[in-house]
Amino acid sequence: MQSSIQNKHSLKPVLITGNVEISPNVFVISWKRAGDFDPGQVVKITADLKDAPRIYSICSGNREENISVLFNVKPGGVLTPHLSQMKPGELIYVSEPYGSFSCDESSAWWIATGTGIAPFYSMIRSGRFQNKKLLHGVSYANQFYFEDYLQKVLGSNYICCCSRDKNGVHFPGRITDYLQGLPELPKADKYYLCGQALMVVEVRDLLIQKGVPYSQIYAEIFF
Amino acid sequence: METIKEPLFGKTLKELVQITVDLGLPKFTAGQIADWLYKKQINSLEEMSNLSRKTRELLAEKYDFGTNPTVKVQVSADGTKKYLFVTGKHQFIETAMIPDDDRVTVCVSSQVGCKMGCLFCMTAKQGFQGQLLAGEIVNQIRSIDEAEAVSNIVYMGMGEPFDNLDEVLKSIEILTSDWGYAMSPRRITVSSIGIVPSMMRFLNESEAHLAISLHTPFDEQRKSLMPVQIAYPIAEVVDEIRKWDFSGQRRVSFEYILFKGLNDTPIHVKELARLLNGIKCRINLIRFHPVPGTPLVSPDEETITHFKNQLNDKGIFTSIRASRGQDIYAACGLLSTKEQNSLKDKG
Repeated sequence: MQSSIQNKHSLKPVLITGNVEISPNVFVISWKRAGDFDPGQVVKITADLKDAPRIYSICSGNREENISVLFNVKPGGVLTPHLSQMKPGELIYVSEPYGSFSCDESSAWWIATGTGIAPFYSMIRSGRFQNKKLLHGVSYANQFYFEDYLQKVLGSNYICCCSRDKNGVHFPGRITDYLQGLPELPKADKYYLCGQALMVVEVRDLLIQKGVPYSQIYAEIFF
Repeated sequence: METIKEPLFGKTLKELVQITVDLGLPKFTAGQIADWLYKKQINSLEEMSNLSRKTRELLAEKYDFGTNPTVKVQVSADGTKKYLFVTGKHQFIETAMIPDDDRVTVCVSSQVGCKMGCLFCMTAKQGFQGQLLAGEIVNQIRSIDEAEAVSNIVYMGMGEPFDNLDEVLKSIEILTSDWGYAMSPRRITVSSIGIVPSMMRFLNESEAHLAISLHTPFDEQRKSLMPVQIAYPIAEVVDEIRKWDFSGQRRVSFEYILFKGLNDTPIHVKELARLLNGIKCRINLIRFHPVPGTPLVSPDEETITHFKNQLNDKGIFTSIRASRGQDIYAACGLLSTKEQNSLKDKG
């Protein structure tokens, strides 16, 4: 008999209900939601049971009909080039949602780079964005996924940092440049980071250097 | 343009058989090649003298021998050595050799950099730069001065072994097979932060010892030290371990770095005893050697000893790991980071 842990990580077939390219080489793939999940949780996905599954944050709201994840196509990758070509009605294998990257109602900063926006977008789509400030860092302006929606919902609490396109609209530089330029950071706030390991480590070091207690910092890493 | 050839060093016997089949060579050639790769101290295909010239030429068209010498070594006053290897353009990995009476332990890296982002780790500050192949892992043992004397191997260097499990398992197969180095798996320990699915596969497919980086039994505290706690809570890791039989020769241990005022209190002792209840295991307490930008410090010796005694009183066999090589960059990741920064400074 399988344990609950094994069940949680075992893969089950689902039919794709949508697969949309929202930016060059960046897709949102969806399937029908079968149960509850907490915004911030992840799922494992593979297109072929012979290949090791990859972990992705859910980016859809917890009351929506479908579960969606955001992924970018990694050239030469085993999963994403194939996944990007798949059509509604085709089969993929997914795990149950798991993980505990979730926020309470206290004041917090959400800090993401690239597709690391996904868990925060899920929290916003689930209506959990009170007292939250979102910093999104990307290289090019077309990587501000869901920008219109986020702008509408979060207003001035949505800060876009763009390191390579200098367009006068977004903050010109990396997230660390933006944070470095702030005179001080609220020490009682919580800070949630999601993105590549190096960004997480650099931002965390900077927050600590600016006086934020490390116990207030939580990170979701890609692996 | 020079073609990059695939290394033969690091291939399993099964892979070598496939190579010989693909090249139209007799299958027994695979055994001969394995013998040259893993049992003899040669470094080129040319030296495989019981293979015909034609066979060697066929191999050399597609393959390199694949071993890699050290580029730097630091020697500590206590005999510990830190070796540096280059794996790619400007990518460095570290290997430590720790002599102790009649034992020679080698601490190998499994990745270049690391994705796991632990707050107290120097390697984390490099980010993730790439996976090591099985051959690059075994090479860290084979190409050091003490290769012939190695008695124990620990996968506790740079990187998270369970994030590169296929290559780690292959390297263990090479180290423990009769056609390879024929070491006992009981002399090999793989240390992980506890990626549950990979850990289950490791326990199924290998006989090597397991070490888990625990560092605090409390969920919220571990989240702020080790982001992996969000995906794979330590309670789940321990629940899974509880199902395995460690009463025989196979061991499980828990690594616990002590941080002053953070995880060295009686409450932690109590919770550790509760968490590990019923598991035949040991705890290795580790002194923290500060890394730049990290707001953590080690407690004093008295606190460390008291913490150890409290755990032993609770029935958990606990020891304090000796700090070795403190006069060199012995904390994992320090030397390679210094070397990379030095390269960057030179432009």
